Amino acid sequence: MAKIVAGIATSHVPAVGHAVDSGKTQDAYWKPMFDGYEFSKKWVKDNPADVAIIVYNDHASYFGMEIMPTFALGIADSYAICDEGYGPRPIPDVEGAPELATHLAASLIMDDFDMTVLNVLEVDHGLTVPMSLMFGTPDTWPTKVIPLPVNVVMNPQPSGERCLSLGKAIKRAVEQFDEDLTVQIWGTGGMSHQIQGARAGLINLPWDIQFMDDLINQPEVLQYKPHLEYMIEAGSEGVELIMWLIMRGALGDKVNEVYRFNHVPASNTSVGHLILTPKED
Amino acid sequence: MKPNFEQYDDIPGTTIFTIEKAREGFHLNQFCMSLRSEENRTRFLADGPAYLAEWKMTDEQKQAVIDRDFQKMLDLGGNVYFLSKIFASEGLSYVEAVSTMTDMNVEEYQQMMINGGRSVEGWRSKKERGEA
Ligand SMILES: [Fe+2]
Repeated sequence: MAKIVAGIATSHVPAVGHAVDSGKTQDAYWKPMFDGYEFSKKWVKDNPADVAIIVYNDHASYFGMEIMPTFALGIADSYAICDEGYGPRPIPDVEGAPELATHLAASLIMDDFDMTVLNVLEVDHGLTVPMSLMFGTPDTWPTKVIPLPVNVVMNPQPSGERCLSLGKAIKRAVEQFDEDLTVQIWGTGGMSHQIQGARAGLINLPWDIQFMDDLINQPEVLQYKPHLEYMIEAGSEGVELIMWLIMRGALGDKVNEVYRFNHVPASNTSVGHLILTPKED
Repeated sequence: MKPNFEQYDDIPGTTIFTIEKAREGFHLNQFCMSLRSEENRTRFLADGPAYLAEWKMTDEQKQAVIDRDFQKMLDLGGNVYFLSKIFASEGLSYVEAVSTMTDMNVEEYQQMMINGGRSVEGWRSKKERGEA
């Protein structure tokens, strides 16, 4: 039986990828942020998983406006790195986990989650920046990946309830997979940030910290937070945080908080990061 | 459930990219997507108006691109992740481009971020600010 062994949440700021790729992680501006991930890099090395399901959003990198899937799932053997306008990041391609992914896609569709199935996908900073933060700069990535893109770009986005329920369905589906695999689920994006308009640069750290507390302790309440509140309190791009609810739903009722980190700013963004494990009872 | 896009109108200094805006901005955003290739970036930077002439955008949208008026592009259905392909083609960062939509220059904006970002206090509602 496959099993979800941990949940990882982290922001996925493009400039962080650029800092890694250009060797700037020890610069005065970046060092405090990267230092906050040192614990995590060691932790994932000590607690490796066979597969990471990475919930992220594409930022007009692979999906244009021709097709805008609300929830999608990659079932390919591997994923190339997108050119987001600066040229592709100089990092290895991402290896897929097609057997588990196929099982997952089929199970979720049977469970009334109408996933768009992706046999081809190029991944952008939403997926690769978290990998760089957790794994550094290896020649090949240590974990296979199942990308799960969520539309958080075009409103309406899926509701918080739908996201938490999707996470719960992912947990059930993983546990019904016959092979013995350890699986992590990652929720990426956020925290508070706004990168457009006269209100750009908005950061709301107290709100971010409360969101983390609620995500850990009362996701069943948090799921009803309206998107309007995310937009007002955490900025128009803060609504990405609904993706953390998918991660949380896949961990079961109670979780252990292994690690927490906050840092302001990375570029325009409040960086937040959690490592959670399911609490067995 | 009936959509309620009007609920976003009261957020100050913010353009929510709704499905309606997405339709309005379709060709503008598709033009932006074309800049994911080096070849197209080179052509666009060499002769912007000629490159834009190949796209079914409105004249207003084209002018906003030529002016690099990002707020105007948002007003006309652009979305910042799409528009990022324009400033990325010129090697600009999000901070450099995003600051142009505020009343700060890039140094002031960067300093605001280092100081902890823009506080939400006073920025929750147009009505509160006397803008509506
Ligand atoms: Fe994002």
